[in-house]
Amino acid sequence: MTARIGVVTFPGSLDDRDTQRAIRLAGAEPVALWHKDKNLHQVDAVVLPGGFSYGDYLRAGAISRFSPVMETVIEQAKAGLPVLGICNGFQVLTEAHLLPGGMLGNDHLHFICRDQKLRVENADTAWTADYSAGQEIHIPLKNMDGRYVADRYTLDELEAEGRVAFRYLDFNPNGSLNDIAGITNEAGNVVGLMPHPEHAVEPLIGSGRTDGLPFFTSILKKLVTA
Amino acid sequence: MSRTPLDTVEHAAATPDVELPWAELGLKKDEYERILEILGRRPTGAELAMYSVMWSEHCSYKSSKVHLRQFGEKAPQSDALLVGIGENAGVVDVGQGYAVTFKVESHNHPSYVEPYQGAATGVGGIVRDIIAMGARPVAVVDPLRFGAADHPDTKRVLPGVVAGIGGYGNCLGLPNIGGEVVFDACYQGNPLVNAGAIGVMRHEDIHLAKASGSGNKVILYGARTGGDGIGGASILASETFDDAKPSKRPAVQVGDPFQEKLLIECTLEAFKEKLVVGIQDLGAAGLSCATSELASNGSGGMRVTLDDVPLRDSTLSPEEILMSESQERMCAVVEPEKVDRFLEICDKWDVIATVIGEVTDGDRLEIYWHGGKIVDVDPRTVAHEGPVYERPLARPDWQDALQADDANKLARPASSEELRAQVLQLVGSPNQASKKWITSQYDHFVQGNTVLAQPEDSGMIRIDEESGLGVAIATDGNGRYAKLDPYAGAQLALAEAYRNVATTGAKPLAVSDCLNFGSPEDPAVMWQFAEAIRGLADGCQQLGTPVTGGNVSLYNQTGEAAIHPTPVVAVLGVIDDVTRRTPVAFQEEGQLLYLLGDTREEFSGSAWSQVVHDHLGGLPPKVDLERERLLGEILISASRDGMIDSAHDLSDGGLIQAVVESALLGGKGARLVVPDGLDAFTLLFSESAGRAVVAVPRSEEVRFNDMCGARGLPVTRIGVVDGDTVELQGEFELSLQELREAHEGTIEALLA
Repeated sequence: MTARIGVVTFPGSLDDRDTQRAIRLAGAEPVALWHKDKNLHQVDAVVLPGGFSYGDYLRAGAISRFSPVMETVIEQAKAGLPVLGICNGFQVLTEAHLLPGGMLGNDHLHFICRDQKLRVENADTAWTADYSAGQEIHIPLKNMDGRYVADRYTLDELEAEGRVAFRYLDFNPNGSLNDIAGITNEAGNVVGLMPHPEHAVEPLIGSGRTDGLPFFTSILKKLVTA
Repeated sequence: MSRTPLDTVEHAAATPDVELPWAELGLKKDEYERILEILGRRPTGAELAMYSVMWSEHCSYKSSKVHLRQFGEKAPQSDALLVGIGENAGVVDVGQGYAVTFKVESHNHPSYVEPYQGAATGVGGIVRDIIAMGARPVAVVDPLRFGAADHPDTKRVLPGVVAGIGGYGNCLGLPNIGGEVVFDACYQGNPLVNAGAIGVMRHEDIHLAKASGSGNKVILYGARTGGDGIGGASILASETFDDAKPSKRPAVQVGDPFQEKLLIECTLEAFKEKLVVGIQDLGAAGLSCATSELASNGSGGMRVTLDDVPLRDSTLSPEEILMSESQERMCAVVEPEKVDRFLEICDKWDVIATVIGEVTDGDRLEIYWHGGKIVDVDPRTVAHEGPVYERPLARPDWQDALQADDANKLARPASSEELRAQVLQLVGSPNQASKKWITSQYDHFVQGNTVLAQPEDSGMIRIDEESGLGVAIATDGNGRYAKLDPYAGAQLALAEAYRNVATTGAKPLAVSDCLNFGSPEDPAVMWQFAEAIRGLADGCQQLGTPVTGGNVSLYNQTGEAAIHPTPVVAVLGVIDDVTRRTPVAFQEEGQLLYLLGDTREEFSGSAWSQVVHDHLGGLPPKVDLERERLLGEILISASRDGMIDSAHDLSDGGLIQAVVESALLGGKGARLVVPDGLDAFTLLFSESAGRAVVAVPRSEEVRFNDMCGARGLPVTRIGVVDGDTVELQGEFELSLQELREAHEGTIEALLA
């Protein structure tokens, strides 16, 4: 038996099919979840994919957090359900207060798409166990509103508790504080990041690397051995 | 408040002497007289609105039609062509049951007026054309041309256009995989914003724009109709910009990519359940176009109740509703018993959908408003039987002098130092510099099937994960060449796009074009136009790649000054296994560099002549399409059989431009030697067509040379991939660092 990992499709989700493919390539079973459906269909983990969930004309993720599916995701995440938010998914997680801080527009005011170098800072979460702490990886990044911000107290807490999961290396693409690319909650079951690991799972396609695959193998191993 | 009586058909017949503003709507006197003749009475206001937009240059192709026919008449026999010219977009068979639809269109005028929205809605429009064929859009490309890079207005137009393309395409989830960015003072005030899209479907899913089956319902779905873009089609496309006339600003539409994303998903879901008989997107001329084209292509007539159209602005008049170009709308013809399911799917995606009419067994398009019949026309006279002009054409009197001003006579670098300096000057010039600042604002990765994206020679998308089947697309155009000789210039654009597709390992199959020219009322422009089409049609015939559709953009001129004639050609190719694709970047040190093809002293129209001498004159490089075909076959075979690890086509900027790009992308330098029979300058800067540079692993050297020899393609060893400099033996050495600074900093410094 394998793990069932849900991928939520909001009306403006764009990377939902890509995320399903990444889950499949890792050996798990992707399950499509619909934003209007509260039922998570007994999945073992959930990914909130990238995109522009409801157009993001208001503020990225601001509407999605009120969607029916998020009611259940929020409730179960608090009870330990592994949840990964990628890009727009990360924005939704901060809007839903499952992760602290928030995202502002990139400091250079442009959309940016690049193959981004990152350092894995925390390899103990549900989604990063297949990496080693300090490992340097390349993951594609593409966003308009990717500048991670939080108040000084929160930043200090994140740093002190080792909850900065990924940090931008060599180049900070959006002005994120402390070069933060991704963070985890205290329990390590909820992780959010701006770069897109689902675009780095096959040689040749996208960035041509497979540095993103360990996200999906990490969670699969955790779920199967649990 | 007093009300003027509704201008119904009955009212029009009873009041023959009412003056209508046909001239203000862009109609010529004889065109209006023809409408009177067709109807046998004066048109109603609504009918006049429909005729005026549908008979505009933009919608009717009235000046270009007589020339465009050649694409059909000279079309080469091709088993791959499933749907040809005349539908929303052409469809090509790419094997394994897949069909691919692609098209390039212009959104030039709106993008000058309002860069962000003009460019954004250009993407939206071409994507709806692709959906309307039944396909899921899988990628977009954007060939762009702007005024001089250092002109202040370029700094207004370009960032807005780029942000608009990104803002719309990124939100739709379509990877942007190719295109071009060209600067030339001739595009000042007339930027060219062309947008292309590719879609993929199974053969059985092809849909067409026709309304058939009496009793079938006509459903309008998507955004509400508002006052944006009213008359855009006729006003923006039929006049040039002139300071004396009132501002056209309100005529540009505003895009909502989120709405379009919903439209894509719900349309594809409806297709999947086979709910759709016919479909048409609403672009230029809005409902006027969609209703008249659907009815004209179908077997019967159509009756529409305009009161049922969901409005954003309840004060709109029926004429305005018919002319509105509000974005993100489509029109589907659905059998009555399937209407409920269709509406259910729209509801799932929160898309507004309304039955606004039905197909009738008559042959008239009838439109009602407040119970009165305001339109009663034969739809063919609106959609397909518009005016056709045989505009006068004349070879410009300056053409001979221009062609006599040969760039081969220009001063060439006199020393190695000067040669080195000109290399740096060239690779750092706006046209030859890296466009990364622009392309990094587009999402290349979304959908997870991007094999190659710009700055590769062609964009490549995997369409089947199991088999690795993929498609490639390249767009090219060189207005400088076309100005020197429009016939050859169009063929050179075709040859370059064809070569770019083959260089990545894909087999070229079909062509779409976007023909950007000045005013058709100028005989010199009309001559350029006619020559370019003749060149392109002849070229496509020779290469066996049919033109499947495209777009004409005329009136790209301000006052007397027309843009360079700029035919932009898109070539679509197929590759059986994307893992065999060939990238531009040098892969391994020690690999041997070969130059394929013949290098002649051809500098007229070249990037070198522009950058170093600001010169345009002479005759463009010689066209040899048989050679292009042979070169293409060699590149495809070499890619399939693993004989080359990188390849780059040679075009503007010549060999040195190609080598520098391959070196910078691969992070590996090159040592070059001047082969016998050539001088250093010609080797580096000549723009002879039909050439490519390839990197061959030493283990493949004999096999590769034997293949080229056996098939008669000239092949010359010119160096080796090595080190962290680009060196021309005995002449100069440039470090990758120095080249990178020159090549990658230019655009950002000018525009950021």
